[in-house]
Amino acid sequence: MIVEFIPRAVVQGIPLLFGSTGEIITEKSGHLNLGIPGIMYVGAISGVIGAFFYEQSTPNVQPFLAVLIPLLCSVLGSFLMGLIYSFLTVTLRANQNVTGLALTTFGVGIGNFFGGSLIKLTNSEVPSIVLSATSRCFKQTLPFADKLGVFGELFFSYSFLAYAAILIAFIAAYILKKTRVGLNLRAVGENPATADAAGINVGRYKYAATCIGSVIAGLGGLYYIMDYACGVWSNDGFGDRGWLAIALVIFAIWKPDFGIIGSFLFGALYLLYNIVYTYMKIGFIEQEIFKMAPYVVTILVLIAISMRRKREFQPPAALGLPYFREER
Amino acid sequence: MSKKNKPEKSTQEPLFHIVKRSGLVWWKSWLIRLAAIVLALIFSGIVAFLLTKENPISLYATMIDGALGTKRRVWSLLQNLAMLLCVSLAITPAFKMRFWNIGAEGQVLIGGLATTACMILFGNKLSSPVLILVMIVTSILAGAIWAIIPAYFKAKWQTNETLFTLMMNYIAIQTVSCFVYKWSVPKGSGKIGEINGATQAGWLPSIGGNKYLLNILIVLALTIALYIYLKYSKHGYEISVVGESEKTANYIGINVKKVIIRTMFLSGALCGIAGFLLVAGADHTLTTDTAAGRGFTAIMVSWLAKFNPVYMIFASLLLVFLEKGAIEISTVFGLNKAFSEIITGIIIFFIIGSEFFINYSIQFRESAKEEQK
Amino acid sequence: MASEYAIELKNITKRFGTILANDNVNLTVKYGEILSVLGENGSGKTTLMNMISGIYFPDHGQIFINGEEVVIRSPKDAFAHKIGMIHQHFKLVDVLNATENIVLGLNEGKKFDIKESAKRVAEICEQFGFELDPYKKIYEMSVSEKQTVEIIKVLYRGADVLILDEPTAVLTPQETQKLFRVLRKMRDNGKAIIIITHKLHEVLSLSDRVSVLCKGKYIGTVNTAETNESELTEMMVGKKISLNIHRSVPKDPQDRLVIRHLNCINREGVKQLDDVSFTAKSGEILGIAGIAGSGQKELLEAIAGLQRLASGEILYLNPQTGKTDNLRDKTPQQIRDLGVRLSFVPEDRLGMGLVGNMDIVDNMMLRSYRKGKSGFLKRKQPKNLAESVIEQLEVVTPSAATPVRRLSGGNVQKVLVGREIAESPTVFMAAYPVRGLDINSSFLIYNLLNEQKENGVAVIFVGEDLDVLLELCDRILVIGSGRVAGIVDGRTATKEEVGLLMTKGANHLQEGAAHE
Repeated sequence: MIVEFIPRAVVQGIPLLFGSTGEIITEKSGHLNLGIPGIMYVGAISGVIGAFFYEQSTPNVQPFLAVLIPLLCSVLGSFLMGLIYSFLTVTLRANQNVTGLALTTFGVGIGNFFGGSLIKLTNSEVPSIVLSATSRCFKQTLPFADKLGVFGELFFSYSFLAYAAILIAFIAAYILKKTRVGLNLRAVGENPATADAAGINVGRYKYAATCIGSVIAGLGGLYYIMDYACGVWSNDGFGDRGWLAIALVIFAIWKPDFGIIGSFLFGALYLLYNIVYTYMKIGFIEQEIFKMAPYVVTILVLIAISMRRKREFQPPAALGLPYFREER
Repeated sequence: MSKKNKPEKSTQEPLFHIVKRSGLVWWKSWLIRLAAIVLALIFSGIVAFLLTKENPISLYATMIDGALGTKRRVWSLLQNLAMLLCVSLAITPAFKMRFWNIGAEGQVLIGGLATTACMILFGNKLSSPVLILVMIVTSILAGAIWAIIPAYFKAKWQTNETLFTLMMNYIAIQTVSCFVYKWSVPKGSGKIGEINGATQAGWLPSIGGNKYLLNILIVLALTIALYIYLKYSKHGYEISVVGESEKTANYIGINVKKVIIRTMFLSGALCGIAGFLLVAGADHTLTTDTAAGRGFTAIMVSWLAKFNPVYMIFASLLLVFLEKGAIEISTVFGLNKAFSEIITGIIIFFIIGSEFFINYSIQFRESAKEEQK
Repeated sequence: MASEYAIELKNITKRFGTILANDNVNLTVKYGEILSVLGENGSGKTTLMNMISGIYFPDHGQIFINGEEVVIRSPKDAFAHKIGMIHQHFKLVDVLNATENIVLGLNEGKKFDIKESAKRVAEICEQFGFELDPYKKIYEMSVSEKQTVEIIKVLYRGADVLILDEPTAVLTPQETQKLFRVLRKMRDNGKAIIIITHKLHEVLSLSDRVSVLCKGKYIGTVNTAETNESELTEMMVGKKISLNIHRSVPKDPQDRLVIRHLNCINREGVKQLDDVSFTAKSGEILGIAGIAGSGQKELLEAIAGLQRLASGEILYLNPQTGKTDNLRDKTPQQIRDLGVRLSFVPEDRLGMGLVGNMDIVDNMMLRSYRKGKSGFLKRKQPKNLAESVIEQLEVVTPSAATPVRRLSGGNVQKVLVGREIAESPTVFMAAYPVRGLDINSSFLIYNLLNEQKENGVAVIFVGEDLDVLLELCDRILVIGSGRVAGIVDGRTATKEEVGLLMTKGANHLQEGAAHE
């Protein structure tokens, strides 16, 4: 039962891991990007658009291109979203909460608009786009996974994007902890005036962190469609995962490596209702109660860290504040 | 420029630098905002043109027609305006206090749930005026409790309210979803359907044949009341002081914790009223989508209006108009509904961006030099 | 083309909104010399230096380095020209450790290795005689340790021009002497050093030349060897004003506030107040002298009901009822409900005493808005008060409806003091009330304090300028590291006496720490 459950929790957690790693990098530069749900949406739809036109253009899909094209489209889409956010909040010093929420509205709009338009192009009966050929390429697992039994299923049964998510989280953790760039980035988020005085180009770091963070988060959207949803896009299908990714940032106390474990745990909590249903045959009403689990847990963590008040567990000190050098 | 003795150095000088304005005449700042909206409309027109290949003028005509074309559309616009305005009013006291309540969505839903519960449970037992009174009280309390939970933790341990209220939204959605299953008609369908359709128990009465008029009047009264509360009451003054500087508030002896909890009670209570109006005054049913994202849109309304209840009428009008108009465009030109969200996003980006030009001015190095000579 | 000057500034002008911070300033500094930039608080010294270090950008004027005109757009440009500045408010990231702060923003070209850097930091410490743990987090450090980090940061970058902004304001005399030794050593190594200060004896003992600024204007530069205190003072204040502050003999002083054995420990577990006891009497001004950050803030805030105490009593002897109340652990509201009329002008005027974004009228209401049973505000009285304060204290403002954030420092202070006096207090506390004010405004404040004293108010005045304290106050309490080092008579005490007490307090704590 556990063996069957863990891979499902992992697959459920990977989109959140992408989202939270991206958001942690952004928040480390002092920007609370509430546009992450919209960015993940755009990351997903851009990949879908790329895949859709590639599948339409050729009868025999080449695995390499089938992965590369959606990937590049997704990266481009979420990068542009990050650029909009950074232009408004860094260059124009706009309110981060409002900009983020507007970006989410915009991003979900873009997703549903182009999703809906593509659905119309296919003249399909059901309101969804099916990209099974592309999805097959994305879901390619390691060939020896099946031969390793339980061990293989637990560790090697995932697609390359899942490993990429974990790798990216580890790299992000390493960069933040051990490198010059990471040190500078942390300083920008903690105290931009100091970073500026130390000769760090604050604006450039903020732009870079936000845009890179957006691209990583966008990959979460792509993974969701191509792997988790088996290449099926339907409008609003992505749900509230973007917000959950933001919750995961707190759960991971702004550490990308903690985010890996956190994402699997969140994935498990997300599935809790389903598990309980399978084994205890509970009704719809009880299932809805179990669906609250990840949110309740996040609130508990949020309360716990605010009660502990340990310096290292706090969000970046300048989170949410615009920076203007000549402020007096 | 030729007057310079070392022209090759000119590349080293920054072209411009940004200076914070010490203040701008009010009409100038509104002119900048207006210009931003006009620019945004032009830009959206171009986007719409690229997507539909239709003449932008006819697109905007369609928009106006969609929002105001018939009497029914005007009423529907006003109803939507009133509801968005009501939620915007609700979050404003909290925002003015710099308490980022992004949990209005959940607070509205819980208020709606309380109303629904009263309608279902007491629909046959209480006379209509008593029932409506009970509905109002319970929905106010429900919304307020939902808001006070994060406020308590904020006051006591400085728990981040943005994330707390955000999470409370989803707990509210799941709670509503629970009860929707419990009360679904027919059983197990997952939909409540019209409540008390036959008796109309707990429905807000229509005035002069307009079923939305009462809603609109209630929200209008709330707008005026909140304007007065924020500007002329001692509570409103305390909210401003706490929002501007908690240190000052402590210094003059304001009990900051009390103000935070009291203000969030008000914020949640108003959300509860919004939930009540949505269920009893308009939908006569409850779904997880009853709040329809207004909790988030309201944040933009409140912020665009600089937390001024009167300006909020115009900000809500703008957003509701866009939504209705864009929906019409999508039906007429065969686009889908999400088009309105794109347009809304673009317009808000422009307005947010325009704030920069109100707060800062760009000074060019070149002109400064010439002044000197 | 080489120049004898390391840095030369020509006609530098900088404005902030309507305030002219620097007006056509010229300045030069050579390698191998220490230049003092002397001026009162608010004379534009720091603004000028910030333009050399790339924090601000001048509106007009030119900057030459080694005779070449340069544009310093950012601190990075300043580093590239080997200019390093040690700011008065330390620019350190709290959650990072010393070494991380030192190498911040630095690109050494080779692989990033924090251990290697820590080793170099230790080397520099040894070379100049600093004591510092390279891995200590900033939020665990004392003020002087933080300054050490700042100086090492600049040395680590191999700066040739060092700018120090009021480096001694937070140091004990011993630490100051140590710092001066280091600075002289660096000068002898050929570095150019600029030190911003308003302390004349430091100027005379340390620097080679002195440039004087007054109200944003450049007054002149003199060789230290050829000048003296009175000439410098004359340059600094514009015209010779002897500090003839009026001081009356206290009439019928009675105990008003009796402070007993106050102890206060901050969140990091450091003692901020250590067994503080004293009495404030009606009709007299009690001065509080001490190095900045010795517990003055905590003491006043404890009396005002804003600071939690570990132990002790604050007894208020009510002149109307004759009763004695203990104010400890009471909130400001509870204190007022007891009938205690306590006014407090805090150090942080815009952050604590006033609300920057509100207009003068609404700021006048802060103390009084609760009056009356109605739930609504009455703006008439505050409006009258605002207008009378503007008129009587000569506040320069477009109108009473102007947000106080837009007023200049002196006018902000007048609004705050005016409001606090309007409450007709029995105890009046003011922390650094003349900081950043020009001479005229300062004297206006001194007169207001004297007026309060003559009305029988117990005035507590926290000051930094010993001359003012000695001329204004009836008694002076000297505080050092949270302890009362002594209470002296303002009429008979000498400057040296007070200065000595200030250091004594600091030594006390170090002995105490050694015992533990």
